Amino acid sequence: MKKLVILGAGTAGTMMLNKLHNVLDKNEWQITIVDQHETHYYQPGFLFIPFNIYTCKDVIKPKRDFFPTGVNVINSEIDKIEPKENRVLLKDGQVVGYDQLIIATGAKIKPEETEGLKEELWYKSIFDFYTVEGACALRDFFKNWEGGKLVINITEMPIKCPVAPLEFSFLADWFFTEKGIRDKVDIQFVTPLPGAFTQPKASAILGDFLEKKNIKLKTEFGIARVDAENKKIVSWEEEEIPFDCLVTIPTNMGDDAIERSGMGNEFNFIPTDKQTLKALEYENIFVIGDATDLPSSKAGSVAHFQADILLENFLSVVEGREPNEKFDGHANCFIESGFGKGILIDFNYDTEPLPGKFPLPGVGPFSLLEETKMNHYGKIMFRWMYWNFLIKGLELPIESQMSMAGKRA
Amino acid sequence: METVELVGKQFELDDDGHLKNQSDWNEEVAKEFAKLEGIEELNDRHWIVINFMRKVYQEKGDAPSIRRLTKESGVDTKELYALFPKGPAKKAAKIAGLPKPKGCI
Repeated sequence: MKKLVILGAGTAGTMMLNKLHNVLDKNEWQITIVDQHETHYYQPGFLFIPFNIYTCKDVIKPKRDFFPTGVNVINSEIDKIEPKENRVLLKDGQVVGYDQLIIATGAKIKPEETEGLKEELWYKSIFDFYTVEGACALRDFFKNWEGGKLVINITEMPIKCPVAPLEFSFLADWFFTEKGIRDKVDIQFVTPLPGAFTQPKASAILGDFLEKKNIKLKTEFGIARVDAENKKIVSWEEEEIPFDCLVTIPTNMGDDAIERSGMGNEFNFIPTDKQTLKALEYENIFVIGDATDLPSSKAGSVAHFQADILLENFLSVVEGREPNEKFDGHANCFIESGFGKGILIDFNYDTEPLPGKFPLPGVGPFSLLEETKMNHYGKIMFRWMYWNFLIKGLELPIESQMSMAGKRA
Repeated sequence: METVELVGKQFELDDDGHLKNQSDWNEEVAKEFAKLEGIEELNDRHWIVINFMRKVYQEKGDAPSIRRLTKESGVDTKELYALFPKGPAKKAAKIAGLPKPKGCI
């Protein structure tokens, strides 16, 4: 029996598990998946919790619901990978050998990387919304908040779902308008980037949305520390921005086990071939999703497109052929913009988000880089698709490779 | 195609305003790009960063992030921002004649 080990049972790992379980010969391959957590989170849903759109129940299911029978599931933290020995050491003492390894250990927030961030004001007037705990604490805080300075701050790039901080700002504008206290809430979006988003055309258009919604934009601000006593964030150049409520997007990093294994870059992300998804330094290791160092967005849609490519390349490699499928960096993001509307962007490594139409058989077309009700329904529908199709590795009517159909260049 | 005239010569730029052909780069060109970015003079500390960026780019095909600069160049974050105000990684890459770091996604 050959051994395939998948590290991480989040979006990418679970998807790969299901896809490979469906195609690999059960007499030939034993599949093992390792994850320390028992709960699967629908991470795109965290954004909605502070605004009472989703509850915690909407974003949580047991991981075991998505594991096919016949798979060896190990519930343990990973100590380290020893790629030269083709084995993984687990914190519970087990040693797991492999013929092929797929790393899907994801990315997580590291607020402790910024001085003063995770200290006395944490979950009192400083919150994140990239964890279920942070999102719920923020929901409770907003319940009784009477207004003041709301600062949304990106610490450093790259981050998971780079549009989420913008969505948070748009939803805050809507939420406090509905509450009748928008005039008392001063919303400021503070980013180290030179614009509202990473890519020029979308950045300009999304920047206009911020202005239209009376959200102030502060660019090129690299946060150095939090001055808790005076409730200010301070940049490396000693610029200060006061806040009453700070919503931080802390530094995102790969799993600690990657650092312990000496396999990551300065963010603990693993150097990965941007087209084939093979680990650059190891013959029998693939990497997928947020755990990679690819210059694509860290998002579920990206992991989903990568999964189709990885499946083909995995089958090629184990049959002794070259991995010929190429990932193009495709990302597809519904951006919730408040008041029951949304914006859609679709892009890849080489083509930045463009305006136009996005065709989707049976449902679409959706409008690209425009605010529509249809795009909002797309976003809402996606949670159902995620739980029922995506995570189970079933086909969705959307191509892995980006298409120019409908786009205006 | 966008171009810029520096030291009496035309240089092609990419979409981000960085030097398109790396073979066009030399120390004189770097000094001129620095002036465009509001840095009148490049001192030894600037050059440590610029040379480190070029070295990483040659090895990896991508310019390093601020975090990697801080960890490995010998210049800490505070000083990086003092040397290359606003966006050290992007600005130093531009002066070093390299494309915008891909990590800024």
